[in-house]
Order: sequence, then C-alpha cells, then structure tokens
Amino acid sequence: MAIFIDPSKCNACRRCIKACPYEGVTLDGQVAVLTDRCIYCGACIESCKQKAISSDLAELPIPDFSAYQGVWVFAEQREGRLHPVSLELLGCGARLAQELNQEVSAVLLGDKVKALSRELIACGAQKVYLAEHPYLGHYQTNPYAAVLAELLAGHKPGIFLVGATHIGRDLAPRLARRLELGLTADCTELAIDPKEGHLLQTRPAFGGNVMATILSRRTRPQMASVRPGIMKALPPDRTRKGELIPFKPILKKKDLATRLVEIVKERKRRVDFSQARVIVAGGRGLGSEKGVQALQALAEALGGEVAGSRVAVESGWVPAERQVGQTGQSVHPDLYIACGISGAIQHKAGMQNSKYIIAVNKDPLAPIFEIADYRIVGDLQDIVPALTKAVQKERAL
Amino acid sequence: MDIIVLVKQVPDTQEVKIDPKTGTLIREGIQTIINPDDLHALEAALSLKERYGGKVTAVSMGPPQAVEALAEALAMGVDEAVLLSDRTFAGADTWATSHTLGKCIQKIGRYDLILCGRQAIDGDTAQIGPQVAEMLGIPQITYVRSLTLTGKKILAERVMEDGYEKIEAPLPALVTVLRDLNQPRYPSIPGIIQACSPYSKIHIWNPVDLGVKAYEVGLIGSLTQVVRTFPPERKKEGETLSGSTREIAEQLVDRLKEIHIL
Repeated sequence: MAIFIDPSKCNACRRCIKACPYEGVTLDGQVAVLTDRCIYCGACIESCKQKAISSDLAELPIPDFSAYQGVWVFAEQREGRLHPVSLELLGCGARLAQELNQEVSAVLLGDKVKALSRELIACGAQKVYLAEHPYLGHYQTNPYAAVLAELLAGHKPGIFLVGATHIGRDLAPRLARRLELGLTADCTELAIDPKEGHLLQTRPAFGGNVMATILSRRTRPQMASVRPGIMKALPPDRTRKGELIPFKPILKKKDLATRLVEIVKERKRRVDFSQARVIVAGGRGLGSEKGVQALQALAEALGGEVAGSRVAVESGWVPAERQVGQTGQSVHPDLYIACGISGAIQHKAGMQNSKYIIAVNKDPLAPIFEIADYRIVGDLQDIVPALTKAVQKERAL
Repeated sequence: MDIIVLVKQVPDTQEVKIDPKTGTLIREGIQTIINPDDLHALEAALSLKERYGGKVTAVSMGPPQAVEALAEALAMGVDEAVLLSDRTFAGADTWATSHTLGKCIQKIGRYDLILCGRQAIDGDTAQIGPQVAEMLGIPQITYVRSLTLTGKKILAERVMEDGYEKIEAPLPALVTVLRDLNQPRYPSIPGIIQACSPYSKIHIWNPVDLGVKAYEVGLIGSLTQVVRTFPPERKKEGETLSGSTREIAEQLVDRLKEIHIL
C-alpha cells in the first residue's frame, strides 16, 4: 500500500500539508513529499486540486476464496461428553452447507473421545476430524488453538463455527487472531447471502437492544461463535454415514502454556435455562417469598423453571442463580411468563427473544406489555394460582 | 510489578434508546461510564500494586471524551494513562482494536500483567482480551473471579458454567476479570484533585505515535464489516385477555394449547 505524489503535477500550493493531520507531507523545494509520519490515511489525496496525489488504496478486490470449501463445526466436549451446543452447531451447519452445496464436518479434540464421533455423525456430520492427545484431555487455550489452527490452515473450510460457551469464548478469539480472521461473537442467526455467498452473521449488541448483521468479506474461514440454545440440532439418525479422519497432533509440554491445577464442580452457580421450554418469572409484584410459591406451582404444572428479575433477587425472594436480565442470564424459552415484572430495558434484554411471552401485571402501562403476546392486567396472586389450577385440570384430562 | 489495565468508555446501556427509523443507537444525551467489568480490572490492579508495589497504567482507545474515563482511573489511584484517540482508529472491529491496543502495549514495553474486563456492555464480544494476548504471545486466563500472585506466576480461579478451574500461568500474562472478583474503590478526593491537575499523566497517542498505518487500524483495518443494524424484532400486536380470573385462566389454557405448550 503506498501513496504517490507526482512532482510534475505539484504546484506547491500546500493544500495537502494543511489537510494532513500527522505532518505526513512537507515541501521539499517546490514539490510536496511524504515524510515518515505518513500513515496512508489518504486525506491529502482529496485535498489536492492538481490531482497530483494518488494511491493504490483503491478498493482492494476480494481475494479468490474458491479453495475454501465446507462448513466446520467445533465439537466441544468436556470429560468425554459432548456439550449440547455441538449438536446445535451441526444442525445449523448442515443447513448452511446444504445452501452452499458443500459438506458439513465436525472437529473433535480430546483424549480417548473417538466414541463421540458416532453421535456427531448421527446428528449430521459428514466428516469428523478427530485429534486425540493426552494434552487435549481438558480444554486449555494454547494446545487447542494450536491444533485447530493447523487443521483449519490445512483443510481450508469456508466457515468455522464455535459454541459461545465459556470455552468457546476463550478459544475463538485466540484462534481468530492467530489465523488473522474476522470473528463475530455470540451469533443468534446465521444465513448465506444469496448474492455474494458470504455468511451473514447476526448478533445482539448493547445488551440486546440492537441487532447487528456482520460479514467477513476478506478472510477465510469465516469464523463465528454461536449462542448456545438457539440453533436446532438434527434428530439423531444412527443410519447416517460419515467419515472419521484422525489427526495426530504433535504437542510438547511447553505448548500447554498454562497449568490446570484443579477442576472444581460447584453446586449450580446458575440454573441452566438454555434447555428450559417454559420459564415462569417474578418481579417486584411478587411482594414476598409467598408469591414465589405460586410461581413454583405454575412452573411445575407446565414442566418449567422459576426465574426472577433483579428486583426479585435483590429482595431475596428468588435465588441469584435464577436471575434473568442484563446482569443475570439471557433466556429464550418457548414460553416466558412474566409475573409482576414491569419490563425495564435491562430485564427485557434478557428475555425478549422468548418465542411467546405472557405478562401479568397490575399496571396497564407496564412496559412489559409492549412485548407480550398475551396481556393480563391483574394481580398475579389471583391470576397465577387460577392458571395453575386450569393447567392442572387440562393435564389431568 | 508493572500492570497495564485496558479500559473502555461505553454508553450506559441501561439508558439506551434505539432510533426506530434507522435502527441505530441514539448516542446524544447518553451518559458514558467506564465499562463495569473494567472497573473491577482497575481495582484488581490497584490492590496488587498496594501489596507488591509497582506501577499501574490504564490504556483506552476511544474518542477524545474517553479522557474522562482515564481521569476517573487516575483518581482511583492509577499512575499513568494513555488514550489512543484519532479518527483513523474509529470504526474498528475487535481485530483492529486489539491490534491498536497491542501496539500501544508493545510501545509501553514493560509489563508483568495485563488486566481487562471480561467484556464491554456495548460490544458484548469478550474478544479483546484473548486477541491482545495472542498478539503479544502471552498466556491468557479468562472469566477470572479470584487472582493471587505466587512469585513469578499467577493463580486464578476461572469460572465455568458448572464450577471453576484453578489455573496457573507464568508472567507476563493477560487476565480477563468478572465482577465477582472484587468491589471497586471509589476515586479518593486527593485522587480526584491529582487527576485534575495539569500534571496529571494522560498521554494521547495517534497512529504516528504507535507506528501504525491507516490500513492496520480502524474501519479500514477491520476484518469484519457491519452491514446492518436494527432493533430486535417487534412482535405483532399482543392480545389482551380479560374477564373474571377464572375466564382469563381458561382463555390462557386455550392459547397454550394453540401454541403447543400444552
């Protein structure tokens, strides 16, 4: 990339010198010349009335990416069990691959995890790239990034998807940086652009108050991390055939970079709402712990989970690990029943992606009603138990 | 020990409003704050400095007004601050941002530990920490809720969905922190006075100072492109259910059957 000043056209008018914010141009005799402070921003080009300044900064063509084929999915496993997001990614990957007329593959890292490839194939993987090594037994950043970097560089898929779990969010940016790739975090929607064939990556920003659609035009593979619990896995079909391709990584002790001292499982810090179909949540309107009991009865009748807004948690009515909202968890169940929740932006950010929303609130002007499919203006202490009874009656039929 | 803290000034997303016509953020009149996770990173740095001595430098990339965030950091007790501010830096995705921050850290030169918040409340990507660590070639530990120094190493508790891991890394290393880590201090009065003084140490650097070209940073240097922003899908008009409590309950059960919950 360079900027050229044509001395034959320069009339020493100094417009470029004035336009440059960095003292990147100066006058040498009667001709403008670049100094070593020039950062190639191009401000001088626009300023020159003699058209003496030009550059090769003009829109670079998009490189030829025809060698990059296939949708790859990171099959995350922990202690020999596949994380559900791995199958969700395969479901989404299979759909994308079909649109591109390409293959979907899973890449599985671990130690003695070969058996997991059967499940991956049953859920849509046409190929499984398997890298096994004792140093890959538990996730650590550097060995995983090193092995994946080698596999991606060698096989050149067009798309690489990673689940946005704690592991994925540690791994994906490190890997993207190593391979000099664009990476979009926490996607909730993926599609193929019909005109140019790029991956359209849609994700929430500003706590979920804005959605953004993003492309990586100039780098391959296109990398995206995907929010768990959003994409749908394919129903397992044990008759599906797939190819297992083993890869022998060469890893030395120093490649570990960090030392995993201990793994501690704790009583659930957070209830995992990502697999919940129904969530019954309470807010300020609960009034006391007694209100929560009504929610629990309804949740049980519907086979769902109880949650709370920040107010409910701070008031001690709902435990912290069940908090939904910007400072709590983001949820997207099939049904979210908001009881006595006003619907402030911070709470909406955590649940507005639910498929259906029922809101119960005494205040007809509560903002929650703006996003509710079914609105009930009333006291949750009356409505919720009545609903529970009606559901139980229906279930008993 | 020398610690560098990466800090971002962000709009207070509690107050965010979306322009319904353009689907973009209305930034006018929005309060800006230090990204909450970054406050905890600053506190961690200051606590370590209190215990082990050394120097804490805060670094931020942003528009000129981001100098306020750095002044706040100085008032908390940070020793020096650098603001990377230039229109060429603007419009950067995480690749270009991490490149710019990384170059700044390389220019500062001395560091034992780099701390950042896990993620910013506007971008929500959590990508900067790991990308800077990779650029510098140092180990990273993310999602940290507890941090201790043991000689030339750090021992951290890294939160997982179902528990935590204890991870040890040699210095220099980069750590991204959670709010669980600590309780950030308020700026002290002497700290505020110091930060407002003409000798307060906020350096403002542009691309020439960092030795970067325009095509490495900002919008041009980004590897991802935003093609569209829009407010989350508004549902179609909801239905109000009314009547006696029992009638409402029965109507709801019908709806639940229609939408296949029951």
